[in-house]
Amino acid sequence: MSKTRKSAARLCLLLGGLLAGYISHAQETFPVNGIADKRDGCYAFVKATIVKNATVTLSNATLVIRDGRIISVGTGPIPKDAVIIDCEGKYIYPSFIDPYSDYGTQPVKKSASGSRGERDPQLQSATKGAYGWNQAIKSEVNAASFFNTDEGTAKTLREAGFGTVLTHQRDGIARGTGALVTLASGKENKVLIREKASAQYSFDKGMSTQDYPSSLMGTIALLRQTYLDAQWYKSRPAKEGINLTLQAWNESQPLPQIFDVQDKWDVLRADKIGDEFGVQYIIKAAGNEYQRIPEMIATKASFILPLNFPLPIDVEDPGDVRFVALSDMKHWEMAPSEPVAFEKANIPFCFTASGLKDVKQFLSAIRKAIDYGLSEQKALDAITLVPARLLKAEDQIGSLESGKLANFLITSGTLFNENTVLYQNWIQGERYSIKEEGWKDLRGTYTLTILPGNTTYTLLVKGSAAAPALSLLQKDTLPGSIALNGELVKLVFPVKKGGSQLRLNGIAGTKEWSGTGTDTSGGLVKWHAVYNAAYTPKDTTKPKDQLLAGKMYYPFNGYGWESIPQQQDVLIKNATVWTNEKEGKLENTDVLIRNGKIAQVGKNLPAGNARVIDGTGKHLTPGIIDEHSHIAISKGVNEGTQSVTSEVRIADVVNPDDVNIYRQLSGGVTSSHLLHGSANTIGGQSQLIKLRWGADAEELKFAGADPFIKFALGENVKQSNWGDRQKIRFPQTRMGVEGVLTDAFTRARDYEKEGPGKRRDLQLDALVEILHSKRFVTCHSYVQSEINMLIKVAESFDFHINTFTHILEGYKVADKMKQHGAGGSTFADWWAYKMEVQDAIPYNATIMQRVGLTVAINSDDAEMARRLNQEAAKSIKYGDMTEEDALKLVTLNPAKLLHVAEHVGSIKPGKDADLVLWSNDPLSIYAKAEKTIVDGIVYFDRDRDLELRQRISAERNRLVQKMLAEKKKGTPTQKAAPTEEEMYHCEDLQAGHQKSLISGN
Amino acid sequence: MKQLTFIYTLSFISLAATAQETMYPAAKQEKTIYLSHATIHVGNGQVIENGSLVFTGGKITAVGSNLAAPAAEATVLDLKGEHVYPGIIAPLTTLGLTEVAAVRSTNDYSEVGEINPSVRSLVAYNTDSKVINTLRSNGILLAQITPEGGMIPGSSSVVQLDAWNWEDAAYRADGAIHFYMPSLLPPAAPPAGRPTPVIPDDKIKEAMEKISQVRAFFREAQAYSQEEKHTATNLKFEAVHKLFTRQEKLFIHCDLVKEMLLAIDMAKEFGFDVVIAGGADSWMIADMLKQNNIAVVLKQPHSLPVMQDDDVDQPYKTAAQLQQAGVLFCISNEGFWQQRNLPFEAGTASAYGISKEDALSAITLNTARILGIDKTTGSLEAGKDANITISTGDIMDMRTSIITRAFIQGREINLDNKQKQLYERYKYKYGLK
Repeated sequence: MSKTRKSAARLCLLLGGLLAGYISHAQETFPVNGIADKRDGCYAFVKATIVKNATVTLSNATLVIRDGRIISVGTGPIPKDAVIIDCEGKYIYPSFIDPYSDYGTQPVKKSASGSRGERDPQLQSATKGAYGWNQAIKSEVNAASFFNTDEGTAKTLREAGFGTVLTHQRDGIARGTGALVTLASGKENKVLIREKASAQYSFDKGMSTQDYPSSLMGTIALLRQTYLDAQWYKSRPAKEGINLTLQAWNESQPLPQIFDVQDKWDVLRADKIGDEFGVQYIIKAAGNEYQRIPEMIATKASFILPLNFPLPIDVEDPGDVRFVALSDMKHWEMAPSEPVAFEKANIPFCFTASGLKDVKQFLSAIRKAIDYGLSEQKALDAITLVPARLLKAEDQIGSLESGKLANFLITSGTLFNENTVLYQNWIQGERYSIKEEGWKDLRGTYTLTILPGNTTYTLLVKGSAAAPALSLLQKDTLPGSIALNGELVKLVFPVKKGGSQLRLNGIAGTKEWSGTGTDTSGGLVKWHAVYNAAYTPKDTTKPKDQLLAGKMYYPFNGYGWESIPQQQDVLIKNATVWTNEKEGKLENTDVLIRNGKIAQVGKNLPAGNARVIDGTGKHLTPGIIDEHSHIAISKGVNEGTQSVTSEVRIADVVNPDDVNIYRQLSGGVTSSHLLHGSANTIGGQSQLIKLRWGADAEELKFAGADPFIKFALGENVKQSNWGDRQKIRFPQTRMGVEGVLTDAFTRARDYEKEGPGKRRDLQLDALVEILHSKRFVTCHSYVQSEINMLIKVAESFDFHINTFTHILEGYKVADKMKQHGAGGSTFADWWAYKMEVQDAIPYNATIMQRVGLTVAINSDDAEMARRLNQEAAKSIKYGDMTEEDALKLVTLNPAKLLHVAEHVGSIKPGKDADLVLWSNDPLSIYAKAEKTIVDGIVYFDRDRDLELRQRISAERNRLVQKMLAEKKKGTPTQKAAPTEEEMYHCEDLQAGHQKSLISGN
Repeated sequence: MKQLTFIYTLSFISLAATAQETMYPAAKQEKTIYLSHATIHVGNGQVIENGSLVFTGGKITAVGSNLAAPAAEATVLDLKGEHVYPGIIAPLTTLGLTEVAAVRSTNDYSEVGEINPSVRSLVAYNTDSKVINTLRSNGILLAQITPEGGMIPGSSSVVQLDAWNWEDAAYRADGAIHFYMPSLLPPAAPPAGRPTPVIPDDKIKEAMEKISQVRAFFREAQAYSQEEKHTATNLKFEAVHKLFTRQEKLFIHCDLVKEMLLAIDMAKEFGFDVVIAGGADSWMIADMLKQNNIAVVLKQPHSLPVMQDDDVDQPYKTAAQLQQAGVLFCISNEGFWQQRNLPFEAGTASAYGISKEDALSAITLNTARILGIDKTTGSLEAGKDANITISTGDIMDMRTSIITRAFIQGREINLDNKQKQLYERYKYKYGLK
């Protein structure tokens, strides 16, 4: 390389600093004010280590760019007009891509929605125009149409290494399209590289002020219905007119579909919707997916992983830490292992900076993931080629290939080394300086000659490239100082120990420095220094131990399993067996469980290979079945925003992590019927589960059980107790409730008869199922008039109400219920909490049973469900029921009401081994469930429970000590905030959280 | 039904179902009543098998296993196989202050304002509430009618549950002032995986400020109480005067350790006789409560654990932990109609670590001690009021808790209630026996 070339390169380097931000490729259509200044920005970066992508690295290579694109990578010819940039010792990487950004969009401000009592209902969308019915479906929104470059944010992102981002408006359930933009400065026209690059979704209704949907299950139902509506809209049905939302929805379907979730279970929920409509979403993950890797693999989705690993909790105040669950502490420890877990599972993933408090932490967060075992190759892929592929923009970005955008970083070393400096980020061929200090690495040994006198010294320039240090090498190495400002250099050092200082200034060329100065006696000198040898710093970085995350629990709770329990054969010996069959109560009897089923009931059965449990002095009963439960439900039990919401499904929102599953196992519950709330007349579809603690949502479901739906009558559905503002939604009276029911079923009947081309309506589909006895009704009800009314409505449409639940006045119309064929599932003794329960009596179950109904006692409450045996026993007190009949109220009878008595509810060979071993007569207040068995697996065992308590205590202490050590090291911490639990009753209207913590506070 | 097999010797007990309006409060005890051959649960831990109990003029005169034969004019009730208990006392309830929880016009337990010590629950207690009779028929004979709302909603009174009006009902008027301590629970974090919100600092600070307002109030009240004549009468200060003389107690409603430590500190500063009401986490500092002589009205054992990591049966066994530490405690139940299940709350405490008789004390004698009425009730001992419940079996187990008779101050009360009447009405409809 000639001398002129070199200085040209240097000149360019200087000018680059001045020109940063200048757009050299102005658009043709824009008039120029002043003198035209066209340039085509041709540069050649030579002698670089070029990392083309995560697998190909070229040393001593050349990168040539022109007009914002890469011309060649490797050894390609250097065009004559190229400005040459010497990158010796430097690395060139593709700039990063963030596939989940809101850069250049408007901030989303959620309206303070307030609780039901504080605002008027809003039944219609507030969006003006020819758009869809729901304000949270915003497919018509295109980020590109309002995208504005924002130099401040762009600079921060560039400095973190990003070159391109996919940006969208983070508002709504369907959020419209995202735009692919670079982080260059200047006109949006050049920066936008793809106007519609993705379609975006979430489960968060964002700024929508419309009531529907108020729950997660409502959100899922809305998405499902919108897919169907959009499909139907393709035929341009005249009745619909123009619907710009559905039109945009359809147009955006070919794009990458990106779904933002807030929890690992939401990943599966989103993926399931996708599966139903042939869509494979790319999942923007929540950060706790590592807790369910097998399920994540099964989605076959690609993931955008956040890197906002939790800070250690400040655990210095034990009073506050008491309220932090072990699962939160473990999450702190395990969250950085999410990327390596994905790598090991071979799940495609990329990273986003979204969620990071400070985007500057992006690389350090990746380094943390690497410390947990993530490979550097995957890490690089995850910020370059993978997102490019996911966004179908591999032709433009993601690696250094000719033809792609000239988006690249120049660094001092390998990317994931914590000492590496990012010098420059080139985007669309424009140079953006990040940190120029150190670009020129002047370190090395030099021979300094002072004139006059030709005195020579050996100088060592060491330290870091960005902050060099100086020493004079002689017998005693003497420290001096060096200061650089661009090419101006200043050197000060003593020539002998303790002596006066020599002061020099001048120009530091690449290999040769020269200038003038003052010697120790004040005389003027001239000097030059010649580069001798490179400085090789000692590698001071210690090899890091790979960090280990703690043990996984299934579910992710203190009481979870370290591995999912497996079935084994069990023989329960010598117990008092309450069969619920005609044999009644059998003393000193054995029950053999094989393959999860009851194999044999008898005396002195041989154990074979079965695990033997001694039941001497104990009682064995069928597992308790709760006909009316609201445990294990995520984000809202009611979609009470409309009077008919038969389209919503509890099945979509089952939450396997709910500790109440474990607590209820400790009270002998083996199955729970998870119901929608009672805020509206026709509520949502329910889900029967077995309490298989540790299983995921699908595995919790009671396979093959008939589908049910929740209806409700009375004060809740007519909104009597919701404050004076809730006087808008129909119905407001029991008269209107009949109206809602008759109208809904009339519509369903007409819908069924509609010819081809009809709009499929999931709400009416569910009602049609009821009309054909393919779905069964359990109806929240209290007073006799409404019970009678519903029976008459059902009969007029020729279907049956399966179960009246709560049914506190069932005793008044037990004869009518019997004639109709309905059963009753009631509370043992609740009353007086509202007007419609004033005539509730604790003899209700007894009377209904004596009239001949199938009667169950239910909980509707996570606490009470733990002692349903006691609630059943109240019927002995109130009305003289026999003990065996009382037990059936919470076992066989609910099984019958739920149509699963073939499988559960009694102890009989062939039935599921869902059993409880009690310490005492199961109807006694003194009885404890010692072992609770589902499908032959002991899910609750009082002895194991004691071990778990010790494990919780030890694990909490281990993590507390670890977090204390972090704080001591100076790591920032987060406050110890109580862990919330989701808990619901029938009447909970908000999709919020109720604390289990201390009632009354 | 079992109770029909007994001979009704007292003329005012009617076998026929009558409307609740014609169920009269019982008249004063005239004849001596002699209970014999019963299992007598004294309430202080003692059980007398095959025992007798005599009461006359509303007072118990003798209890034991070898009592002299009854006087000729005495009514003798042979209770072979039956169990005799002290009348159960329900602490901390809004009974009679509310009839239908969801109907605002029936609710009289919560006033406007943060510091209202002069507000009295007694005057709003509705003796004609339909709920009261459903408690009596489960053996609950006395209740502490307690106001709610704000920090200091007023004073509670103990009533007996068979009265024409609140004056008749008053058993101990205005015996306690209530302070509902603002929660010191830090603001909650969302479930794992959700974005961390910015947690405001002020929640705890606000709570602490409110608590210091209360302490400031008591300091001023203390100063006021030392002044002999007042130029301006302050009813709020007057209302708490007896706290300083320990003639009345201060019930501090709180659950968490930090809150209870503050309660202990207030007891020390003002010399109050402090009772912790709630005490979900009291098991963590049981020894400190004992050292400081702080009694606890424990929230109902039938509660969920405070935290998901807690022992699943923690609320069931808290009573046993307090018992072991020697803390004076009794067991409460939330709400009003729910009080009929109070004996079963004690039953659960017994299933999880305390003896049945200790569990009984936790709803009788200990409660009486804490409410300051143990001189006249809470146990079956000579000299005390004849507040007595008779059951065919263990009163703390729902299988066997069939209440056959009950006496308040020696008066045999009517155990009928609206619900039994509706039961009879519909048995009649369906022709059931």
